[in-house]
Amino acid sequence: MEKIYVDPLDPHYILELDHIWIKFGGLIALKDVTFKVKKGEIFGLIGPNGAGKTTLFNIITGVYKPTSGKVFFDGDDITDLKAYERVWIGISRTFQNIRLFKNLTVLENIMTVFHFKKLQKWGPFFVKFLDIFPYKWWEAGLALPKFFKFEEKLEEYALELLKIVGLEDYWDWKASSLPYGKQRKLEIARALATNPKLLLLDEPAAGMNPQETSELMEFIRKIRDEFNLTIILIEHDMKLVMGVCETIAVLDHGELIALGKPEEIKNNKRVIEAYLGEAI
Amino acid sequence: MNWYLRIRKLIQKKFPNNKFLHRYFGLIAFIIVGIISLFIGNHVNEFWQRLIILSAIYVIMAVGYNFSNGVAGQFSLDPNAYAAIGAYVAALLTMSPETKENVFILEPVMKPFDKIQLPFLIATLIGGLAAAFSAFLIGIPSFRVRGDYLAIITFGFGEIINVIANNLVSLTNGALGLKGIPEYTTLAWAIGWAIFSVFFLWHLTNSQVGRILKSIREDEIAAEATGINVFRWKLFAFTLSGFFIGIGGALFAHYLTTISPQVFTFFLTFNLLIIILIGGLGSIVGSAIAAVLFTFAFEILRVFEEGIHIGHINIPPIPGLRMVVFAILLIALMIFRPQGLFGDKEVSIK
Repeated sequence: MEKIYVDPLDPHYILELDHIWIKFGGLIALKDVTFKVKKGEIFGLIGPNGAGKTTLFNIITGVYKPTSGKVFFDGDDITDLKAYERVWIGISRTFQNIRLFKNLTVLENIMTVFHFKKLQKWGPFFVKFLDIFPYKWWEAGLALPKFFKFEEKLEEYALELLKIVGLEDYWDWKASSLPYGKQRKLEIARALATNPKLLLLDEPAAGMNPQETSELMEFIRKIRDEFNLTIILIEHDMKLVMGVCETIAVLDHGELIALGKPEEIKNNKRVIEAYLGEAI
Repeated sequence: MNWYLRIRKLIQKKFPNNKFLHRYFGLIAFIIVGIISLFIGNHVNEFWQRLIILSAIYVIMAVGYNFSNGVAGQFSLDPNAYAAIGAYVAALLTMSPETKENVFILEPVMKPFDKIQLPFLIATLIGGLAAAFSAFLIGIPSFRVRGDYLAIITFGFGEIINVIANNLVSLTNGALGLKGIPEYTTLAWAIGWAIFSVFFLWHLTNSQVGRILKSIREDEIAAEATGINVFRWKLFAFTLSGFFIGIGGALFAHYLTTISPQVFTFFLTFNLLIIILIGGLGSIVGSAIAAVLFTFAFEILRVFEEGIHIGHINIPPIPGLRMVVFAILLIALMIFRPQGLFGDKEVSIK
C-alpha cells in the first residue's frame, strides 16, 4: 500500500472539526467533538448506533448547522457554507440508506452531477472539463448547437466514469432495478463524479456478504489512490474498518471517546465497553 | 430508458452519420406536426377550427403545468391564477382605450391601462412575464419550507387571485369581466405558440436542466448532496411554468373575447391536473397529446350532456356528466396506470 502519511510534525489536514456541539431541542447529539483528518488518509468513524456518526456527517456536509463550533476544510472555515456549496469546494458523500435517483437511468444518475458553475483545478481525470462550458437554460430550450456539444461530451465522460467503477454495461438500466451491491457502487460513483477532495461514505458495506465486503475494501483503496482522495468511513463491520482505515475515531453518545490507529482502538477499554464486546 | 433516448438511439442506428438528424429530430417532428395541423385547420369548418385553437391553448398550459409538477415534482395547485394573470394583463393591453372606457362601467380602468394599447405579441409576452413574476414571488417563500406546503400555499393563491379578480374593479372590472377583447388568437398564433412551448420545454426536459429537475423530484436530499441548489432550481421551474401558463391564458382571452373570474376558477386547475396525469407526469409530449384528447373529449361529451334523442332511444340530458366521466377516468388511471400514457415515474402523486 502506498504511503500517504505525511510527516506528523508538519501535517496537512483536509478537515478539522473544532469543538462541535449540536443540540436538537433538549437532546445533545454531539458534545464537543474535535478531531482532524489528514489529507489522503482513510479515516474511520465508528461507534454504537445512535452515537451521532451520521449527525457528524451531516454537519460536515452542511445539512445541519452546529449549535457551536467550526468546521475547517483545507484550512478554510466552511461552517457558513450551504450544503450544495460544500460540494463545489470538494466534499461529497453517500448515504446510509442508498439515495439514488430511482427512476433515472444509471447514466443519467451520473450525468446529473456535472453542473458546476465554478470550475477549479481538477485532477487529471477532469482537466478536460475546462474546455466545456455549461450552457444557459434558454440555450437548452432553443436547442442551440452549443447545447448538443456539451450533452454529447457529458455522455462520454459519464460513461468513462462508469467504466472505472465497472458499471458501464448497466448504463441504460433504471437505477432502482440494479442489484443492491451495484446500487451502492453507483452511489459512490455519483459522489466521485463531483470530483471531491473529501469523500464521506456512510455505511458502504451495509447488507453485504464477506465476499462483497472484501471487494469493497479493494475498491475503496483503489479510488483513494486513483482519485487522490481522503475518505472518511462510517462502518459497523469491524473487519472492514480495521482492514482499511489508517486512523479511527470512536463516538459514543455524542462524545469522542478514542482516536488513533486501529491497533490502539482495538485494545482501548472505553471502546470495548461502549460496544459491549462486539466482534473485532 | 425514456422515449427521447430510445428514439434517439434508433435514429443513431439507422442514420449513423447524420449528426443534424440526431440533434434535431425533435424539432423536425414538431414542425411537421405544426404544418399538418395548420393545413387541417384551414380546411375544416369553424367549429373544428375553434376546437383546434382551444386544444392548442390547453397544450400550452398543460406543458407549462407539467414542467413544474411532473418534471420538477413540485405539486402546485394554482395554474388558474397564472392563466388569469396572463389573460387579464394581455387583454388590458390589447383592448383599445375606447373599448376599455365602454366596458369599465363600474369604475374607470386603472391608469396606465386607460391609455395603453399594444400589439398582440407584445401584450401576450407581457402577460406571460407578469404570470412568471407572480410565480416567482409565490415561489420564494414556498420553496423555503417543506415541499408539502406548496400545495396549500398555491391553492390559497389560486383563490386569492379569484377574489382579486372579482373585487379589484378598477383593474379587472370585477365580476363583469372584460368584454370586447379583440379576437387575435388565430389558428396560426395558437399552433405556433403551442409548437414553440412543446419544443422548448421538451428540449429543456431532456437536457441537463431536465435531469437536475428530475433529480430534485426523485430525491431532494440526494440532489442537494450532489451540489444542486435545490431552492434555486425549484424556483426556476415554477417561474418558467408560470410563464407558459400565462401565455396560454393570454391566448385564451383573445380566443374567448370575454373573460371573467368565472373562467379561471379551480375548475381550470382540475382540468389541467387531469390532463397532465393522463399524459404522464414528466412527459411533455404526453401532456400535449393528452391536452388535445381532453379538449376533443370534453366537447364530444357535451353531446351526451344535452341528451340523445335518436329514434326510440331517449337518453335524458345529464348536466355535469362530463365531470363525472373525468373523475371516474382519473380514479381508473390511478388504479391501473398511475404513470399515465407516457410518464416515467411509476408512482402516483401523493
